[in-house]
Amino acid sequence: MILKDLIIIGGGPAGLCAAKTASEAGLNILIIERSPKLGGQLIKQTHKFFGSEKTYAKTRGFDIAKILIGDVLKRPEQIEILLDATVVGLYPDHELTVYQYGIYSKYKAKAIVVATGASEKFLAFENNDLPGIYGAGAVQTLMNLYGVLPGNSIVMVGSGNIGLIVSYQLMQAGVKVKALVEAAPKIGGYLVHASKLRRLGVPIMTSTTVKRAIGKDALEQVELVSLNEKWEMIQGSEKIIDTDALCISVGLSPLHQLLSMAHVEMKFVNELGGMVPVISSEHETSVKNLFVCGDVVGIEEASSAIVEGYLVGLIAAKRLGYIHPNYETLEANYHAQLTNLRSGPFGLKTRIGLAKLRGEDYAR
Amino acid sequence: MRIEKHPILTFEPKEELHFIFDGTPLTGYKGDTIQSALHACGIKKLSESIEHHRPRGFYCAIGNCASCDMTVNGKPNVRTCITMLEEGMVIISQKGKGVL
Repeated sequence: MILKDLIIIGGGPAGLCAAKTASEAGLNILIIERSPKLGGQLIKQTHKFFGSEKTYAKTRGFDIAKILIGDVLKRPEQIEILLDATVVGLYPDHELTVYQYGIYSKYKAKAIVVATGASEKFLAFENNDLPGIYGAGAVQTLMNLYGVLPGNSIVMVGSGNIGLIVSYQLMQAGVKVKALVEAAPKIGGYLVHASKLRRLGVPIMTSTTVKRAIGKDALEQVELVSLNEKWEMIQGSEKIIDTDALCISVGLSPLHQLLSMAHVEMKFVNELGGMVPVISSEHETSVKNLFVCGDVVGIEEASSAIVEGYLVGLIAAKRLGYIHPNYETLEANYHAQLTNLRSGPFGLKTRIGLAKLRGEDYAR
Repeated sequence: MRIEKHPILTFEPKEELHFIFDGTPLTGYKGDTIQSALHACGIKKLSESIEHHRPRGFYCAIGNCASCDMTVNGKPNVRTCITMLEEGMVIISQKGKGVL
């Protein structure tokens, strides 16, 4: 059994930022990351962020990742990092089992921050398991991280910001985007992104979905179908498109499984993406000294994960008796930033979701 | 199918790595995952589903969905989307559950 003050599960934006503020407060920390690299999904995001300067607006995602990773690597005497390491068990008393390079090890911490992020939702249609059908994050990883094209052409499903942005990135990489389909009657993401695609000649088809995929060992064609106002398929509206790739971008759901394993009290909140932990105002779960931040407690933009990470790092450190020299200023500042990020029409879903999580009605 | 020109990203030439996939010698680059190297060689089918033997490719690329599990150097159920390619790897498309 290896003992630690604070263990952070997940080396994405939320986990890295929690490590930064907790280490500034004086804690010794272990970050456990499943993949070979730190930075989470930021490392493959080539677009510039929106939001405020404080959360790195106008900076490309992979450059934000460099800043956050740099902050953590600056303190090697305080922050230990395990890569290629998967937490396979999270037990009461803050014990966990870690699998790395064929070996299982036991760890125990005084406090734990779970920042596991999210995974992509899937869509039900005939032959949806054919090779050549990918999640939007997977497409980004393949082309922006490894420089490999997912296909010669692609059909994108989902017009949220991820669907819109990844469509543009596919075009930058040289892939023909044959269509972007959206089941709802209107585009989900920012119109500025959608307009850019339209100008480049991508047909955006609303009230349309995938009926089936066609192919033998891999995808060859996609059959699309129009939907009526009750979201029913309209017979005779089917259209077949030749394509060797289909990208599914229909949202994310929190990677909550470790929390469920630790018997944390959970709640299903649709607006937050699915099963999420019930948390206190300090981001603590029903298990004492087990904190959460980032997408695992509700799907939002990376900007929110960054600020939540900073905030939870402060709080977890304070709990263990290490008070950050600027605790009060920073805490107020992070709360204000989160309120700001969640304001406006695009933050409505999060505001409703968080109210439901607290068991309140959201007053519009 | 590798990206040759990109307006934002640069992909520097890297050291070549040689590996064997289902008996065929192939080449990838240092920094590739097993899955990205295979995809660059045009290989999309990585395994078969256990019951119905349907073709399986990768889906999530973050080690979450198990769709890309393959047998690598004799070890089954390796998540090839988060496992880096190494020189001389022997990679087999997995059929069935994979037995040690």
